[in-house]
Amino acid sequence: MTSAAPALPPAASADIFGLLALARETAAISQVELKKLFRDPTELFSRAVQPLLWLVVFGQVFSKVRGIPTGNVSYLAFMTPGILAQSVLFTAIFYGIAVIWERDLGIIHKLLVSPAHRSSLVLGKAASAGVRGAVQAFFIYLIALVMHVQIYWNPVAIAGVFLGVAMGSAVFSTFSLVIACIVKTRERFMGIGQVLSMPLFFASSAIYPIAMMPRWLQAVAVANPLTYLVDALRGIMIQGGQSLHPFYVDLGVMAVIFVILATIASKLYPTLVR
Amino acid sequence: MHPLPGPPQAADANAISASELTRRFGDFTAVDHIDLRIAYGQIFGLLGPNGAGKSTTVKMLTTLIEPTAGTALVAGFDVMKSPAEVRRRIGYVPQMLSADGGLTGRENLTLSAQLYGMRRADRNTRIVEALSFMGLSDAAGKLVKTYSGGMIRRLELAQAMLHRPVVLFLDEPTIGLDPVARYAVWERLRVLQHDFKMTILMTTHDMDEADALCDVLALLHRGKVAVTGKPADLKAALGDGATLDDVFVQYSGSSIQEGGNYRDIRRTRTTASRLG
Repeated sequence: MTSAAPALPPAASADIFGLLALARETAAISQVELKKLFRDPTELFSRAVQPLLWLVVFGQVFSKVRGIPTGNVSYLAFMTPGILAQSVLFTAIFYGIAVIWERDLGIIHKLLVSPAHRSSLVLGKAASAGVRGAVQAFFIYLIALVMHVQIYWNPVAIAGVFLGVAMGSAVFSTFSLVIACIVKTRERFMGIGQVLSMPLFFASSAIYPIAMMPRWLQAVAVANPLTYLVDALRGIMIQGGQSLHPFYVDLGVMAVIFVILATIASKLYPTLVR
Repeated sequence: MHPLPGPPQAADANAISASELTRRFGDFTAVDHIDLRIAYGQIFGLLGPNGAGKSTTVKMLTTLIEPTAGTALVAGFDVMKSPAEVRRRIGYVPQMLSADGGLTGRENLTLSAQLYGMRRADRNTRIVEALSFMGLSDAAGKLVKTYSGGMIRRLELAQAMLHRPVVLFLDEPTIGLDPVARYAVWERLRVLQHDFKMTILMTTHDMDEADALCDVLALLHRGKVAVTGKPADLKAALGDGATLDDVFVQYSGSSIQEGGNYRDIRRTRTTASRLG
């Protein structure tokens, strides 16, 4: 009788009701984000311009080089999933700026005073980033269609592409959130966003195979989440596309990274109002 | 909405009681061992120059930051031991205009209701009720960025009252509002106090506001409570014809300029210009 009972886990989020509440709150946050996004879709269209340039200008010119070993697919087909991954990265990496803006307005204060789970504030943003990424994927499918890229038109594969894109967007938007929580001002954030996005892009297999890279860059590429997004997409988006890992491995790696980043972001979120 | 269970020990008759509450930022002590006792149903005003520790105190009481030392009970729950219980029982309107401009008034309220875990059936009734209470029924479907400053403030009050908090925290509730909008906010706050039995803690720079609205005041200076009491008593203590401005000057070392950092002032100005 006197032996100490194991300490009970905290009531919040430990039980099924906690999880349901978490899901409801996450849905509420992402709903709000998406409402705002689709109410003013200018950004969605402007984000489609950059991949258009990469595929139409860069892609067409580099297709002539024929020095890049892309297996049995054309260079343009090879880079299409890479450009989709890039567009996901470039969109998601600046996601945190909205959080800094909301912090300056006091919106974050109000959210943090509510009894909502801290993690739902992070997961809600990630979910809406996922939908936003899916819109990017839609645009890139359109561009690819017009440019006669050999797309693999299998419904299951296309669903896989959207799933991979959503997961990739969640990873990079949450990464962006972590940065925002650390730097806390727009100026510093913009600088860091610029500094991070290009190296992540170049140290991935987006526009050339990893095998072509020097050793040290290969090592960086293995640790780069973007590599796994590109790999996941390349295996299922284009006809004859080859990936290094099976789709579920790429997705699994991204999922693990996402869980780690989301945990960090949930811990750091309350420091935004300090 | 389902009733919230009461506090573990109902012994405390105060809506807020803080003991030795302290917060340091590095070497700087923003709030220095303050004691506060705020009875249920009061409107309590926290006054003081910029940098006196008002915002930090409110942030500790609303669980946004943890105290470095001391304790505080809000609605009977410890802000450090049971922050989740405290959050369910309080409402908060930050100094900045924090309603989301990209959403309609109704959408802002829906988000609040969802985050406070209100059931769908209750949600709609409460939202309609809060909108009409704040005189925003006609504007409910419009984007908040088209609202006037006074409307945004009333919408934020509607958000904060939706879940029937025991204690409502307001940071400079009428800063930058024109007189008509300001009186409208005052009038609604009195109704919240009398009809909804809410306890209200507000910070303000506006001595007219403190005089007109607050039952009890505490004047903070350099992180300490310089003086506390009813507005009438504070004035009487300084002699005939004294105003709250005199009280303020008397206890904040006669210099309003000292203290307050660039960020506080910038934020105040930003809020004022957004309202203008």
